[in-house]
Amino acid sequence: MSKEKQQLNIMLIDELPERSMAMEKLLTNLGHKIVATVSAGEDLAGMVNRYSPDIIIIDMDSPDRDTIEHMQSISAEKPRPIVMFTNDDDSNTIQKAVKAGVTAYVVDGMHPNRVMPILDTAMARFNEYQAIRNELEKTRNTLEERKLIERAKGIVMKQTNQDEEAAFKSMQQTAMSRNMKLVELARSIIAAAELLK
Amino acid sequence: MPQKHIPIPEKSELKLGFIPLIDCCVLVAAKEQGFFDKYGLSVSLSREASWANIRDKVCVGALDGAQMLAGMSIATTLGLGFTKKPMVTSFSMNLNGNAITVSNGLYERLLNVDAEIETDPNRSAQALKQLIEQERVDGKPAISFAMVYPYSNHNYELRYWMASAGIDPDKDVELRVIPPQYMVDNLKDGVIDGFCVGEPWNSAAIKKGVGHLITSGYQIWNNSPEKVFGVTRQWAGNNPNTHLSIVMALIEAAAWIEDLQNRHEFAEVLADNRYIGIDADIIRSSLAGEFTNANSGNARQIGDMHVYHRYLSNFPWCSHACWIISQMYRWGQLQDVIDIKQIAEAVYRPDVYRLAATQLGILYPSFNYKDEGGHGANWAMQDGNQSFDMGADSFMDGVTFDPDNIVSYLSGFSINHCDIELAQLEKLNC
Repeated sequence: MSKEKQQLNIMLIDELPERSMAMEKLLTNLGHKIVATVSAGEDLAGMVNRYSPDIIIIDMDSPDRDTIEHMQSISAEKPRPIVMFTNDDDSNTIQKAVKAGVTAYVVDGMHPNRVMPILDTAMARFNEYQAIRNELEKTRNTLEERKLIERAKGIVMKQTNQDEEAAFKSMQQTAMSRNMKLVELARSIIAAAELLK
Repeated sequence: MPQKHIPIPEKSELKLGFIPLIDCCVLVAAKEQGFFDKYGLSVSLSREASWANIRDKVCVGALDGAQMLAGMSIATTLGLGFTKKPMVTSFSMNLNGNAITVSNGLYERLLNVDAEIETDPNRSAQALKQLIEQERVDGKPAISFAMVYPYSNHNYELRYWMASAGIDPDKDVELRVIPPQYMVDNLKDGVIDGFCVGEPWNSAAIKKGVGHLITSGYQIWNNSPEKVFGVTRQWAGNNPNTHLSIVMALIEAAAWIEDLQNRHEFAEVLADNRYIGIDADIIRSSLAGEFTNANSGNARQIGDMHVYHRYLSNFPWCSHACWIISQMYRWGQLQDVIDIKQIAEAVYRPDVYRLAATQLGILYPSFNYKDEGGHGANWAMQDGNQSFDMGADSFMDGVTFDPDNIVSYLSGFSINHCDIELAQLEKLNC
């Protein structure tokens, strides 16, 4: 990612119009774009899908926090970092809470010099987390693939009366000659075996 | 209730959180009727905007404890859903209280499939299944439902109801989270076609004529556990007497609000903006189990819609925790192989409940687990020389749950998104 300041598409969720207007002005002055401002009870999921924001800023006291958290946990393709802000008197303790989480930070008050570092940190932490998540996903897939290959090998052994090594070798050769990944071949072997059951 | 002695709390100024739903009434009654005072507890109740806030504030100590979704105490202990912190509960706040309401439009379409959908949750679920298939052929958009939180019984009940008819809630419908107080407007505006939520929001929808209550959580699983009073394990360890005192006050408050006359009068207090902030009439009729649709005039009575103290409902059954964990596996939320009973017993702590019950001079069961689903009507539970009046505990499909056989229970569901090797789970849970 470039070190240049990028323009962020931001979605604001706040029940207090004055506060969200002030926030909007502040962020626009910092060169970002407010793609949508959502107030209480609107179709939040629909708006997130429509405007596809880079970052979501939500008032800690908005009930919509639960909706955003849920979308975050199910949208594998396009999760967005969330920043929370609050003027709560207990914001210190909450700050600790959200720091323990992954993508949520509290914007305490609205001084421009405080907002940007928080947004930057949130983006950075979020990207870090995404990297870990992708890595985990990859490990998971590799395991999954190994299982499929094992299963296919078992089928080949049974059908051709070959031992393990020979079965694996012939799978490798077939995959190579057909320009397929081994796991793809395994999938088609399993599918074929299921058809013939 | 006679007391042996009143424990001296380590901490007497407390801040407890709640969400504006009818079942916060146990906490509100404990405060307003002086049950907290009786134990030297000065409690301020903090109305919270979201379940995520409740979780975070309890985790960092901004709240001493809170009304919680039963599943939330377990999920947070397991580190599901953004935060990991061991939680405990020694008090189950209520049974039931949820319902499934659909828009007028979806209701009409369901009635075209089966005119008797309201008589039986199996019929409404099957009608929905048929409608989904028909509309898929017609190229119509997916039907969408909302619930309030991923680790909630609302989510598990809605999914159970659908899956029992062969509907895959992750593929055949669109499922989203919407906060309780926004449900009615979203239904009215056509953003969603139905929802599963706690009261008073089903009542609010049918009183305004924007939807029809088609089945209740009670009908999906009779007398299912709902909210709990949750604290962190650390807080409970540091404040054992305070915890005990709170549980004693809550048991007394729950017994008080169980009384129908008390409920009738207390609806006015609950209606206040500091608490739920909705018409007292809506709360009053819901607490009495009366549900009348404003448009059709259709009325139904759900006798056990809100159970606060009867049927040993305040006892934290470890088997309830096991069932919740089974659903976390079923829907792919929990992807680690764990010793289920060990986690259930770490979170659900009947020992503190028993201590409180002993102090209050009320009877308590000697075991922590019971089978679920075997009783279609109220029954008497024998426990040595004691006998307890228990409520029905059937599931809508007649399946039974044995906490000693969770793996075979899990493998029995045809709609199943279990994301672990059941053989490995079996190894740790036999």
